[in-house]
Amino acid sequence: MQSFVTHTGIVASLDRANVDTDQIIPKQFLKRIERTGFGQFLFFDWRFLPDGAPNPDFELNRPIVAGASVLLARRNFGCGSSREHAPWALADYGFKVVIAPTFADIFFNNCFQNGMVPIRLPEADVEELFRRTRAAEAAGGPYRLHVDLPSCNVSDDAGFSRSFTVDPFRKRCLLEGLDDIGLSLQHVDKIAAWEAAHAALAGE
Amino acid sequence: MSSTPRTLLDKIWDAHVVCTPPGELPLLYVDRHLVHEVTSPQAFEGLRLAGRRVRRPDATFATPDHNIPTTDRRLPIADPISKQQIDTLRNNCLEFGVRLFDLGDADQGIVHVIGPELGITQPGMTIVCGDSHTATHGALGALAFGIGTSEVEHVLATQTLRQAKPKSLELRVEGSLHPGVTAKDLVLYLIGKLSTEGGTGHVIEYTGPCIRRLGMEERMTVCNMSIEAGARAGMIAPDQITFDYLRGRDYAPRNFDRAVAEWERLPGDPGAVFDRVEIFQGGDVVPQVTWGTNPAQVVGIDATVPDPTAFGDPNERESGSRALDYMGLKGGTKIVDIPLDRVFIGSCTNSRIEDLRAAASVVRGYRVAPTVHAMVVPGSGRVKRQAEQEGLDRVFRDAGFEWREAGCSMCLGMNPDTLTPGQRCASTSNRNFEGRQGKGGRTHLVSPAMAAAAAVTGHFTDIRHWLYR
Repeated sequence: MQSFVTHTGIVASLDRANVDTDQIIPKQFLKRIERTGFGQFLFFDWRFLPDGAPNPDFELNRPIVAGASVLLARRNFGCGSSREHAPWALADYGFKVVIAPTFADIFFNNCFQNGMVPIRLPEADVEELFRRTRAAEAAGGPYRLHVDLPSCNVSDDAGFSRSFTVDPFRKRCLLEGLDDIGLSLQHVDKIAAWEAAHAALAGE
Repeated sequence: MSSTPRTLLDKIWDAHVVCTPPGELPLLYVDRHLVHEVTSPQAFEGLRLAGRRVRRPDATFATPDHNIPTTDRRLPIADPISKQQIDTLRNNCLEFGVRLFDLGDADQGIVHVIGPELGITQPGMTIVCGDSHTATHGALGALAFGIGTSEVEHVLATQTLRQAKPKSLELRVEGSLHPGVTAKDLVLYLIGKLSTEGGTGHVIEYTGPCIRRLGMEERMTVCNMSIEAGARAGMIAPDQITFDYLRGRDYAPRNFDRAVAEWERLPGDPGAVFDRVEIFQGGDVVPQVTWGTNPAQVVGIDATVPDPTAFGDPNERESGSRALDYMGLKGGTKIVDIPLDRVFIGSCTNSRIEDLRAAASVVRGYRVAPTVHAMVVPGSGRVKRQAEQEGLDRVFRDAGFEWREAGCSMCLGMNPDTLTPGQRCASTSNRNFEGRQGKGGRTHLVSPAMAAAAAVTGHFTDIRHWLYR
């Protein structure tokens, strides 16, 4: 897995709650059998007009957020389907970090498998980040955030600094880019012992 | 063994933790792994690239369901990309020795329908699948939840999952449901009360007399939609209804009575403590209809479309207004005045034989409204054959419904069964997200009986006043 240590990037704000995985990657793009190439379909039905042209009203299509790698959203981001195609699409598009007050459980887990950091911040802090993003863009430039995983801190250049929490195991896997299957297979003797004990119980 | 009273979740969890290595998340053993064509190809490819095998092919079961046509199965699959995905599942199952209920197999069907139907799903098990509606299997007293494709690969390779223990949420439903009110109405009502993220981080255990009275398939409907309240899993303690349902099924334990004796120890101990408890009254529930673009945006059939500008929470206000805009509805419109173009009866929520019986009893002796295109998609080959033996297919066909082959179909519209932009559908499925059933399509979630009544009248109709013929 790709590792994540620190990252600085342009913030794209998506001022919506309950962004579901059907919006992140609509079902017509789930037929592919690869893990790659989903970025072109990210937020497809919002991003493109019926004639295929970019929808100028969609947040990610604004020139000021071109190259954004930090996505800022509202509550319950990633709800709905378990499709890992959602984080694949976000990562392939270029996002490394998603910040929201809350995330859906399956999406949250799926992010870590793809070198992407989902950051939960209190609603008031997310509101402040929306405010700072709007202010920076009104002043003509994109808004940037720095994410430091070793210290679990997110900050900007103008005094915003908050810590966030990440499960220590997930953090280690991200920092070291660990293959978690390989890690689990180190415990294969315990898995086999569990199986043997339960096969005995079941009388098989 | 600790003497602390334990919940159903505690007991299943404790029994399946293989180990908790220092500084790592626990490894949870997975008893049954269900696989379908959409979320597995990348996982099998990962195994192949790493030179790994499937650890327990005997505990892994696959079927194509999401992406398959529901029309004549003898014809080739028209969409080459869909065909490739289905062929890939077939080849992977062959290569890795996994039992596949393929297209053309008498037992093929929606993965969450065939698991219980074949007795693959059993009380006390841990069950995972790369699909969020895996929660369905919790109806039999299993801990069942959806996982991503990387986790599918992890389970294939190790038969375990890295999991932190979720919190427990007891949803106790007192009393009983009124006639005409179904398990679907109950779960939509509960989601409306909890919100789409009320269950996040939790496993829901549904308890109370109203839940105990539900039949096995009704329990599946309730557990199925736990994820729509944000909970990865929903479960109901096994009881005689569960055991009677499982007895005699293909994959049920050979020594069934001994298994029952084990299963009877699963329900939570007296005094077991949940992290959170919410209590509801079954008698408060009326037939439900969603008006918005998430399942918590729901009201009773006797209500009107709400005015989101009056909502207190700014997020709800914004998402409610956006939803009404998408749905082409105005606050204050009576639900019964909403006309429909399509009716879909199917999905892992409501495609079992009892669902079809309920819908057929409404339709019998009536015709589908001329303005409506209606279809029934049975959940499995077995459900379809059972319905045909009972003559339900004729009831539906005579009324003007299409009668299809088993699959997920228009629940998510990955196959050709989709809404066109602007079409409005009464659907027995589980998600009314924007574009879920087709770009620009407008989905209203309802029970099978309510969907059937809407097909006949062309608009939402209170099933409690239906004249059965």
